[in-house]
Amino acid sequence: MNTDTHAAHAGDHHHDDGHAHSTFSGYMLGFVLSVVLTAIPFWLVMSGALPSKQITALVIMAFAVVQIVVHMIYFLHMNTKSENGWSMMALIFTIVMVVIALSGSLWVMNHLNSNMMPMHEMTGMK
Amino acid sequence: MSPDLLKLIFGRLGLESLPLHEPIVVGTFAVVALGGATLLAGLTYFRLWGYLWREWFTTVDHKRIGIMYMILGIVMLLRGFADALMMRGQQMLAFNGSEGYLNAHHYDQVFTAHGVIMIFFVAMPLVTGLMNYVVPLQIGARDVSFPFLNNFSFWMTVGGAVLVMASLFIGEFARTGWLAYPPLSNIGYSPDVGVDYYIWALQVAGVGTTLSGINLICTIVKLRCPGMTMMKMPVFTWTSLCTNILIVASFPVLTVVLALLSLDRYVGTNFFTNDFGGSPMMYVNLIWIWGHPEVYILVLPAFGVFSEVTSTFSGKRLFGYTSMVYATVVITILSYLVWLHHFFTMGSGASVNSFFGITTMIISIPTGAKMFNWLFTMYRGRIRYELPMLWTIAFMLTFVLGGMTGVLLAVPPADFVLHNSLFLIAHFHNVIIGGVVFGAFAGINYWFPKAFGFKLDVFWGKLSFWFWVVGFYLAFMPLYVLGLMGVTRRLRVFDDPSLQIWFVIAAIGAFLVFLGILCMLMQFAVSFLKREQLKDVTGDPWDARTLEWATSSPPPDYNFAFTPVVHDNDAWWDMKKRGYQRPLTGFRPIHMPSSTGTGIILAGFATAMGFGLIWYIWWLAAGSFIAMLVVGIGHTFNYHRDFDIPAEDVIRTEDARTKLLAGAK
Repeated sequence: MNTDTHAAHAGDHHHDDGHAHSTFSGYMLGFVLSVVLTAIPFWLVMSGALPSKQITALVIMAFAVVQIVVHMIYFLHMNTKSENGWSMMALIFTIVMVVIALSGSLWVMNHLNSNMMPMHEMTGMK
Repeated sequence: MSPDLLKLIFGRLGLESLPLHEPIVVGTFAVVALGGATLLAGLTYFRLWGYLWREWFTTVDHKRIGIMYMILGIVMLLRGFADALMMRGQQMLAFNGSEGYLNAHHYDQVFTAHGVIMIFFVAMPLVTGLMNYVVPLQIGARDVSFPFLNNFSFWMTVGGAVLVMASLFIGEFARTGWLAYPPLSNIGYSPDVGVDYYIWALQVAGVGTTLSGINLICTIVKLRCPGMTMMKMPVFTWTSLCTNILIVASFPVLTVVLALLSLDRYVGTNFFTNDFGGSPMMYVNLIWIWGHPEVYILVLPAFGVFSEVTSTFSGKRLFGYTSMVYATVVITILSYLVWLHHFFTMGSGASVNSFFGITTMIISIPTGAKMFNWLFTMYRGRIRYELPMLWTIAFMLTFVLGGMTGVLLAVPPADFVLHNSLFLIAHFHNVIIGGVVFGAFAGINYWFPKAFGFKLDVFWGKLSFWFWVVGFYLAFMPLYVLGLMGVTRRLRVFDDPSLQIWFVIAAIGAFLVFLGILCMLMQFAVSFLKREQLKDVTGDPWDARTLEWATSSPPPDYNFAFTPVVHDNDAWWDMKKRGYQRPLTGFRPIHMPSSTGTGIILAGFATAMGFGLIWYIWWLAAGSFIAMLVVGIGHTFNYHRDFDIPAEDVIRTEDARTKLLAGAK
């Protein structure tokens, strides 16, 4: 398709002919990475290596995000050129939608008691 | 038999589940049963079952599936509209101590069923049907990307509709309003089967909608004919693309919300309960993350129809094609940023409310831009007032009105006064009827000759048009007044006698709309009888501009004998101007997908599973689920998926068309 880009990326395992094909080593690398990225959070929780639960939770979430990226690159063969860029476009759209839905919901749900009776203070009074 | 055994076999289904104590329902059942029996007997007598099964039920042809979607939409419109008439009648009568003729138990089901049916089983099938029929033709494709999936999607939608209809006679429907907010829809307050019918009908139909969304996106992205770049796609195809992106992005949210609600109801989790850490407000939040994009899912294809109709009947290229495309894309994104305006009053503070109020007002800008584009397309055009154009003009007047009341409701302080009032009811009927329904009718009148080879009758069409438009205004303008006076939605009886006159006017309006629907059915019948006079031999009865008019009416199974090559936005107009000659020789065999019964069988099992889950008939649910897996996996071993239309058949079809065209000149 585009020989220049092909030559430039000959080192990695993505061949640019509309689809991205993966190889055995690509799948293995992805598999090993996802096992490691799953094992570390387990170890963090079971050993309690980090000082507070909140920090542990945040670190686990960070690992989860990396895990998603690993899956997309090694298993779903995501790159900027596959399917004429439609895959990347779909990914960006999805991320925008998910960010809107999650952050919006968090914001909205945390804001819901603004115009409500202050319940917690009243329960504290009795 | 022991009660335990009965319970094992029938779940909670028993003789007492049949609504024999409701004379209205029993009467309806008698009429439906009689009509249904007559229909079935007729089909058997005329030996039509084999024909229907081979040519329609198992077909993977996008055109036939599109037509079946339209029929489903129109049939369900009759049911949904019957509910509307019942509500208008009840509200008109229930004054001065009168209780009306519907008890609360029945009335609550009626308004819930009306909303659910009109959105999911009328508007969605009509819109999906138009897209299914028109999009592959407009992009010069032979079919959609996944023809079998298309058949399956359709039958899943039918499965959902069947469950809703079954609730009328077996058990009852939800009494919660069309979005089934908890805690009312939770098991504690709705222990009966109504909400379960609601959940499983939507889940079954939702699978179909999501899959058909994926299918149409793939079709538009991958199957465009040579030369049709993204910015040369017809506007209807653009709006279809955006609508299906919205479907794929938003319907999973609905699926998840309903799944969480079913977990609350079936296994006692506490996602949306009042206690144990549950939050009913989370349900409202999540369902509107689906619900707001849903209204754009419905209206964007209608915008596409109006764009095609306006440029065709003004004899002009669409004004501002690029801005039209960008407006559509902007609406697609913005439709995800406004959902909170459905619950301004739920308790959020000023910052949240003003953010969502402002995004809501912003969304009217691209919509307004579209309106001006249509106006400028008409400006100095030679406008032909055919039926599709009449519906378009009615849309432009009506939708602007509905849009303006929408912007009014987007102001949070105003919404605090008008929330859940009849003003809101008037607003969304104003945009859904004025936009989606008028759009579907414009589309039906516009593409009918393409689908069936003859135009629709103008006299009955105009009669239907005027009854609909006048009836709409009479039915809903009084609701604006009532809403401003503070009357809330879903009320069954009224205390203040001075309100009655408005409800009487609204009921008269609803009756006029009823006449409009009858005239439309009459229009179909009369057109069928006069099909020889109304015949379209050219394949291009409106002197139109896009590719679907380049082929015959109705198009052959393979749509185009040769894949067209596109050089311009208005591809067919451009071809006509350049003196395009139909190729008459060199036909080759055409590779096509084969029909399969797997779709209808799978959907049948899915519906049976839904029924089993609704009535706690666990063996039925489990058995149907296993059967679904078996049939689904079995289908992967079916290698007879495609065939070739022989070149001789193509030659015969194309020669017949050549003769017809010669006769027309």
